[in-house]
Amino acid sequence: MISGEQTPTQYIQHHLQNWTVGEGFWAVNVDTIFWSVLLGVLFLWSFRRVAKKSSAGVPGKWQCFVEMIVEFVDNSVKESFHGKDKLIAPLALTIFVWIFLMNVMDLIPVDWLPTAAMYGGYWLGFVDDPHDVYMKVVPTTDLNTTFALSLSVFALIIIYSIKYKGVKGFAKEMTFTPFNHWALIPVNFVLESITLLAKPASLALRLFGNLYAGELIFILIAMIGFWQLPAHFAWAVFHILVITLQAFIFMMLTIVYLSMASSEH
Amino acid sequence: MNINATLIGQTIAFIVFVWFCMKFVWPPIINAIEERQKKIADGLNAGERAQKDLEKAQQEIAEQLKEAKQQAAEIIEQSKKRGAKIVEEETQRGHEEREKIVASGHEEVTAERNRVREELRKQVAVLAVSGAQKIIEREIDKDAHSDIVEKLVAEL
Repeated sequence: MISGEQTPTQYIQHHLQNWTVGEGFWAVNVDTIFWSVLLGVLFLWSFRRVAKKSSAGVPGKWQCFVEMIVEFVDNSVKESFHGKDKLIAPLALTIFVWIFLMNVMDLIPVDWLPTAAMYGGYWLGFVDDPHDVYMKVVPTTDLNTTFALSLSVFALIIIYSIKYKGVKGFAKEMTFTPFNHWALIPVNFVLESITLLAKPASLALRLFGNLYAGELIFILIAMIGFWQLPAHFAWAVFHILVITLQAFIFMMLTIVYLSMASSEH
Repeated sequence: MNINATLIGQTIAFIVFVWFCMKFVWPPIINAIEERQKKIADGLNAGERAQKDLEKAQQEIAEQLKEAKQQAAEIIEQSKKRGAKIVEEETQRGHEEREKIVASGHEEVTAERNRVREELRKQVAVLAVSGAQKIIEREIDKDAHSDIVEKLVAEL
């Protein structure tokens, strides 16, 4: 939906602009925070409802659905992570469901929420021109979200490495693998550092790239007029796969990285 | 598209969500699932055990039935044998009884006959004597011929 005075470039740019408050580094993308927190709360609230009345008796339909997801995550964790850990399974569940919900926002037709926000903001008198309102509703198309997730996982990787191998073990791993010789310590360190840093970078950029590209295609489809309806449908059907797969990959890699961090070589 | 303070906000949100999930969501659900799994496993085990018990009981019943039938057959056989024996014994005893009765009858009859014969002999003797007396009253002396009459009586 392009309004009269917008060029396609402006339209796309408008869609890819966050609602930002503040200047420089301390600026905050309000839309990203709002939607991600809303979805996170939705996830925790709906799962908490099940948790509160969960019993070993006959489960209800929603309880069955939630338990299905929980069991799926639990199995994924048990397959990759050997040993007892109270954090990893709930962490994986949170990552999977939260990322999935944030990705699902991509399936809402690209103009609905931004348009509603534009005119809502205009009528409420926050802005003089509706086009000054920016609303990006898919939090995972914001690098801040994906990096927040991946850097938290990165911190956990380091914490788990030190917890299970000790500072000495971790330092030894950074310097004596893959080449077990003192002369090659600098080479090893560079290699291992890249390996380590590639983990959060690849996690964040993979999720961001997939969702950003998907979002961009939705926006392009939205510009082609009437034929956007079947095209949007076709792309949305395909995108469901991407949405689920990316959430799953992020969860799975988190589990794998943490199990690697907590096991001896 | 810039990295800014949103990163910090999202990190805090993420940490809070994970903490909440770890504290209040994950444990009750996974506990319920595991408990139910255990319950179902127990139920299946119990069912299997009951099935086995049933089979055992049925087998026992069949065995007992067989034994009872055998015993019944034995008892019937025994009672038949005993019945036959009793009949035989009774027949035997009947025979003996009859013979005894017949024998005692014979004896009685013989004794009666002897007694009657004695009586008759005496009466005949008296009759003969009185007849003879009447015949020979006039011709012979009673005292002189009594020895002849005695002889006659004895010959009767």
